[in-house]
Amino acid sequence: MIALIDINISNINSVSKALDHLGVDYKVVNNPDEVAECEGIIFPGVGSFNIASEKLKLSGMREVIKDNVINQQMPFLGICLGMQLIANTSLEGGESKGLGLIDAEVMRIPEDHRHKVPHVGWNNVAHDGAGVFAGIEPDADFYFVHSYRMVVNDSSVKCFYTDYVGKTIAYVESGNIYGAQFHPEKSQFNGLKLLKNFSGLC
Amino acid sequence: MLKKRIIPIVLLDGFSVLKTIQFDVRRNLGSPITVMRTYNTRNVDELIILDIDASRSGRSVDKFLVQEISSDCFMPLTVGGGIKTCQDVETLLRAGADKVSVNSCAYKTPSLVKEMVDNFGSQCIVGSVDCIRVGVDYFPFCNNEIVGDISLLEALKRMEDLFVGEVLINDVSRDGTMKGYDPELAHLAMTNINVPVIYAGGINSAENAAKLALNVDVDAIGISSLFHFTETTPEDCRAALRDRGVPAR
Repeated sequence: MIALIDINISNINSVSKALDHLGVDYKVVNNPDEVAECEGIIFPGVGSFNIASEKLKLSGMREVIKDNVINQQMPFLGICLGMQLIANTSLEGGESKGLGLIDAEVMRIPEDHRHKVPHVGWNNVAHDGAGVFAGIEPDADFYFVHSYRMVVNDSSVKCFYTDYVGKTIAYVESGNIYGAQFHPEKSQFNGLKLLKNFSGLC
Repeated sequence: MLKKRIIPIVLLDGFSVLKTIQFDVRRNLGSPITVMRTYNTRNVDELIILDIDASRSGRSVDKFLVQEISSDCFMPLTVGGGIKTCQDVETLLRAGADKVSVNSCAYKTPSLVKEMVDNFGSQCIVGSVDCIRVGVDYFPFCNNEIVGDISLLEALKRMEDLFVGEVLINDVSRDGTMKGYDPELAHLAMTNINVPVIYAGGINSAENAAKLALNVDVDAIGISSLFHFTETTPEDCRAALRDRGVPAR
């Protein structure tokens, strides 16, 4: 059973529809006490980091997620803002605290004359075809929509990139922690495959 | 490389799919569910559904329809029509939309669009601007009339200032005509706006879509008649883009 975390920072419907379609066993969890009964966590998010950070704290989900992911080694998949929230801090809406699951920061994508912000649309991810990317074609396209991006300080974290204003982190992985900047639930077959692969780890 | 998106646009009158010509003459094309299923199986980049009567009829696009359409839709779905309040936005997002498109309310009460952006994030809000050509000039167009108190460039700029995530430009003069896109309007719009643009109006072939992507550098192309009335598919358009060296899925 996977806990699909709902602290009202995203429309979890698209993720739950994808999990329904894949036949994955999950439940929508907004009560922190229910997380420990599950074998994995999916944490989707859209919107502002600072607001989400506040909601994580107020909902009591912050400590529970950290405990289950760090101490119980529960597989965790963050999606979009849910991925950014595993960093230490973000400058979005004033500096605010993330979960600090990996040593990283989140900053605004710099605009230049060729690139608009937000980064919206399908972009290809240079991945290794292993783990949650097993069975996904090389350089597959995924759907992105974001104005901020992650910068990882810890060289032991596996990072896959997409090409946007230089290199933009598309995916991070460190032990049982997985994060997708793109939306697998909106990325047709490739995204569904990734979700299926993650659910297999839980 | 970020891909240029090819986006089917489906118009509704609340119940049925239709296609308009210059936002006026209508043809009924049947059940939205059937039309959506076809696009779902075609692995399209994204879908836009607009209820073109909602605003005038004082209602919002039907959430049950959105629910049904989105239930097996694993690509981004934008819905629009009659959205006036943050509650409308929330209802549609809960029903399965990923983005909502706002049009009329951006003219009447721009502060509301700002409120939507603040509440749900820029990525959720698409600012839609309909344009009409009169002589050599272009004007914003809303609820079947020219918007008199603001120029087209001001209308586009306003969307940008409201921090919408994308702007949808719809060329009323070419709508449903399949005459090909209007290069002047496309150029005018693209040189005056810095957020991602979805451009729609008049695209009449895969080649025409490729030309638009290549010459005007729009971020996405909205297409309706071409997919409804000819055998051309979204994949044909993407292939035409790729043949011209334009990145497409």
